[in-house]
Amino acid sequence: MTDTRHLVVVGNGMVGHRLVSALRDRDGRGDWRITVLGEETRQAYDRVALSSYVDGKSEEELRLAELADPLVDLRLGDPAVTVDRERRTVRTASGAELTYDALVLATGSVPFVPPVPGRDLPNCFVYRTLDDLDAIKAAAAAAVARPGPGRRSAVVVGGGLLGLEAARAMRLLGLSPQVVEIAPRLMPVQVDDGGGALLKDLVTSQDIAVRTGVAVSGIREEKDRLVATLSDEVELDADVVVFSAGIRAADSLARESGLRLGERGGVWVDATCRTDDENVWAIGEVAALEGRTYGLVAPGYAMAEVVADRLLGGQARMTPEELDMSTKLKLLGVEVASFGDAHAATEGALEVVVNDPVAGTYSKLVVSDDAQTLLGGVLVGDASKYSTLRPMVGMKLPADPVAMIAPGGVELGADALPDSAQICSCNAVTKGALKEAIGGGACTVPDLKACTKAGTSCGSCVPLLKKLLVDEGVEVSKALCEHFGFSRAELFQIIASTGLRTFTEVVEKHGRGRGCDLCKPAVASILASLGNGHIHEGEQAALQDTNDHFLANMQRNGTYSVVPRIAGGEITPEGLIVIGEVARDFGLYTKITGGQRIDMFGARVEQLPAIWRRLVDAGFESGHAYGKSLRTVKSCVGSSWCRYGVQDSVGMAVLLELRYRGLRSPHKLKSGVSGCARECAEARSKDFGVIATEKGWNLYVGGNGGATPRHAQLIVQDVDQETLIRTIDRFLMFYIRTADRLQRTAPWLEELEGGLDHLREVIVDDKLGICAELDAAMALHVENYADEWRGVLEDPKKLERYVSFVNEPGTPDPTISFVTERGQPVPTPRAGDPEPVLIGVPAFGRQEVQ
Amino acid sequence: MTTTDERPATDTTPTARRWETACPLERLQPERGVAALFGEEQVAIFRTHGGELYALGNVDPRSGAAVLSRGIVGDRGGEPTVASPVYKESFSLVDGRCLDARGVSVPVYPVRLHDGLVQIGLR
Ligand code: SRM
Ligand SMILES: Cc1cc2nc3c(=O)[nH]c(=O)nc-3n(C[C@H](O)[C@H](O)[C@H](O)COP(=O)(O)OP(=O)(O)OC[C@H]3O[C@@H](n4cnc5c(N)ncnc54)[C@H](O)[C@@H]3O)c2cc1C
Ligand code: SF4
Ligand code: FES
Repeated sequence: MTDTRHLVVVGNGMVGHRLVSALRDRDGRGDWRITVLGEETRQAYDRVALSSYVDGKSEEELRLAELADPLVDLRLGDPAVTVDRERRTVRTASGAELTYDALVLATGSVPFVPPVPGRDLPNCFVYRTLDDLDAIKAAAAAAVARPGPGRRSAVVVGGGLLGLEAARAMRLLGLSPQVVEIAPRLMPVQVDDGGGALLKDLVTSQDIAVRTGVAVSGIREEKDRLVATLSDEVELDADVVVFSAGIRAADSLARESGLRLGERGGVWVDATCRTDDENVWAIGEVAALEGRTYGLVAPGYAMAEVVADRLLGGQARMTPEELDMSTKLKLLGVEVASFGDAHAATEGALEVVVNDPVAGTYSKLVVSDDAQTLLGGVLVGDASKYSTLRPMVGMKLPADPVAMIAPGGVELGADALPDSAQICSCNAVTKGALKEAIGGGACTVPDLKACTKAGTSCGSCVPLLKKLLVDEGVEVSKALCEHFGFSRAELFQIIASTGLRTFTEVVEKHGRGRGCDLCKPAVASILASLGNGHIHEGEQAALQDTNDHFLANMQRNGTYSVVPRIAGGEITPEGLIVIGEVARDFGLYTKITGGQRIDMFGARVEQLPAIWRRLVDAGFESGHAYGKSLRTVKSCVGSSWCRYGVQDSVGMAVLLELRYRGLRSPHKLKSGVSGCARECAEARSKDFGVIATEKGWNLYVGGNGGATPRHAQLIVQDVDQETLIRTIDRFLMFYIRTADRLQRTAPWLEELEGGLDHLREVIVDDKLGICAELDAAMALHVENYADEWRGVLEDPKKLERYVSFVNEPGTPDPTISFVTERGQPVPTPRAGDPEPVLIGVPAFGRQEVQ
Repeated sequence: MTTTDERPATDTTPTARRWETACPLERLQPERGVAALFGEEQVAIFRTHGGELYALGNVDPRSGAAVLSRGIVGDRGGEPTVASPVYKESFSLVDGRCLDARGVSVPVYPVRLHDGLVQIGLR
């Protein structure tokens, strides 16, 4: 222990975090013990993806990998306030004094706020941290909720990359954004005038007002709003003002302790990231590498890697001329990318421009004076070539530059690149390193992410990772997993046509190994769709996913939720009383779900049969809240009560829910029925939605809520009940046969060749001649439906499983406990809560959930 | 690990260990685990398709929930595994290490078949 040295890292942002994880990865002997001081009270998060916080991502999803490690002492909310370089100590705001052997400054930047009068008024914000975004969200919500006419609006000061992100965030928060940019074009640092003009059009068409060439000169309060005055004397009303006018290195600690600074701010460091004090280093946005600061994460990560190496005695150094300053604008719905020498600053550089105002695209390549070498470029409107072009910077062009950016020009694959080309600039991963990983067995994008870190930051190189896999002969296959070389749809065909009815037979004849948590539930679902009896019958029981395992949804503490079916959301007073009594008698937490029914939480596994016995006796049945199967058919109250209703929407919802209950499918299925075009049942956000018309029913298919909301599309109009049901039958059966594992109807329909028209031809016009088969399959399902919970209660063999412990069947799991919140039981929080994040899931990957 | 064809119990580890009975073998359906409680200790016991027995700690290290016995049993590259039912990471039945997160593992228990009874070796 005596030779362990102490590293103090000031700043727990993206780069500080990278340093600590790189050092812990490589310092196997534990040479360094690390204390991290973070000013923010949160664990390090992905600031690059900050804007997605207003677009549905949670703090947990943005969080960077946790640094739980005995050698790392993470002190959040306790910033460093002074550094004494003589005594090698750092003092923190809480008064702690830490002695260091090495000190790393990773304090990042602070937003620059131009000194205009009124900039400190309430509702004026900057855009840098999650706390900033929480404050902005609250202000926007308050503005939107305030009564009174007119749209609520936001002024965004600054039209650079961040300003445009901020503007789009304001729109998502329900405000009308106006961007004010002092330069004559948007994103002045990255794009040229030509690109800027098109960019302005594209941004404006996203409902974001843009004023270039003017500055904000003052802000004042007027009644409950703000008024921003511009240099051309225009006044803009605003509920929120966001400053996004650039950043300044957060270099005050260095300044006060007398370290050398860069000419334009930042802590001066040499190519090894060392300051003029040999025990102090600086990395990330605060560092002025040989005098120059970098406002992007990739150079910061490179610096973190250099310092980690140096601290362990290595010889790494930075090569600033190679630092990648590429950017791709995320989120705005407007594709913009710039890379390399975008402004043709290199001596003799030539510019090749293809401007297509009709298509709304502008592409420019900057090439060397002999037109042989790519130096940089700007892409606006369509940045799909960015991931291939960026790694080619500094290399010989494989084709004529015009052909490379012209519409319909040469298609560029990863094969055009030499091994030394950097494919992932955020993490400095070359094509060579990726090929090596592929040679070593990586055969999917997640594999590559796990073993090279490529693709785990901004995500813009992911398309190229896919191309590279294909080029290297790895099929980006639809294979379910290592045990089956088939997609779910292929497997469905195999099982349906061979008549195999056990997993063992299927895997022995058509797969390898003993399966896993991907293929087993998929096969279980296929067998169930084909009508294979109770899902816990025989060997099938061992295939079922977590929730199907006990016909209940597992909660975070190992207890289960209980959801009886309440078809169409219609329930009698007696039914409500039974649910209330059961919940009370078993001490369960109750909540009305988003699916128009009641969920009871906190049941221990050994309580499930007794709870269900009571429910089944009272006439309830399984609600399949656990299954990849029909969940609910929501309804509005419809013509029975509503003065606008034109059909009995509740009756139809009940009919549909009872028809399709228990139907197993590739993913869950949801439906809704509205009694008129006012659509109170939100039917168009469902996999299949029905809306009443004067003449009959309209059927919409392929909608969902969730992470990627989709509106369902109209497939048949004004049809009678019989046609409606026949069309839904076929739609569902066709989907069940051809969709991928965990693919909902919307993405399935998007991928279906020919789309909605093709679907209509298949299920309405019977173009493939399969409708009779689909109809028969559904008839079989309807005939054979039986309540799964009743099936368990009637079979002692199945009931045997519902025990806490095989040797002590009645003893409750001692790890389960509850506290009371708002009068009801909830799981006792555990040390380290909350941590609902999958390990190994990249910051940008869509995480596959249950 | 032990196989289910009857063979004399051999305990090769030097430390003294007591063997506790969990359940009769028939109670273990292939590829579906069960949990057993010994004092404070929770053990997840599995029987593979090939008939081998394995025992791991029942607590899933990610969620803290005592549910590993309820995971799906399968294999990865031939190594027998169970997938945690909470966040789906796979654990090796052989040595308890998590195959999806470096440095994470669950305890492994010796398990034997004795007179048709599945027994777990405890310290
Ligand atoms: C209980 C409930 C929340 C509530 O308190 O209201 C709920 C709870 C869960 N939802 Fe949900 N969802 C519930 C209504 C919804 C709705 C609203 C609706 O159905 O009208 C939606 C949006 C509509 C949709 O699905 O299109 C919804 C979209 C999701 C999604 C995102 C699906 C997607 O395609 O993106 C997931 C994740 C997934 O399935 O992949 C999810 C997953 C889950 C899971 C299964 C997550 C998990 O693995 O633990 C939750 C478990 C429920 C449990 O333990 O009982 N839940 N979930 C609602 C149960 C409704 C019911 O009665 O069955
Ligand atoms: C909205 C937004 C979008 C962005 N998009 C991109 C993009 O697309 N591509 C890209 O490359 N970059 C992007 N960036 C920039 C990127 O986030 C930064 O380059 C990166 O975060 C820099 O990392 P850092 O660790 O140097 O600084 P930071 O991540 O800012 O971390 C510094 C940390 O130090 C803390 N700190 C400061 N002073 C002290 C003190 N005295 N004691 C303790 N802690 C202290 C701060 O609170 C902060 O948490 C974006 C930034 C924002 C805000
Ligand atoms: S959708 Fe129409 S019928 Fe149904 S409740 Fe709304 S207004 Fe009434
Ligand atoms: S280039 Fe950003 S993650 Fe690869």
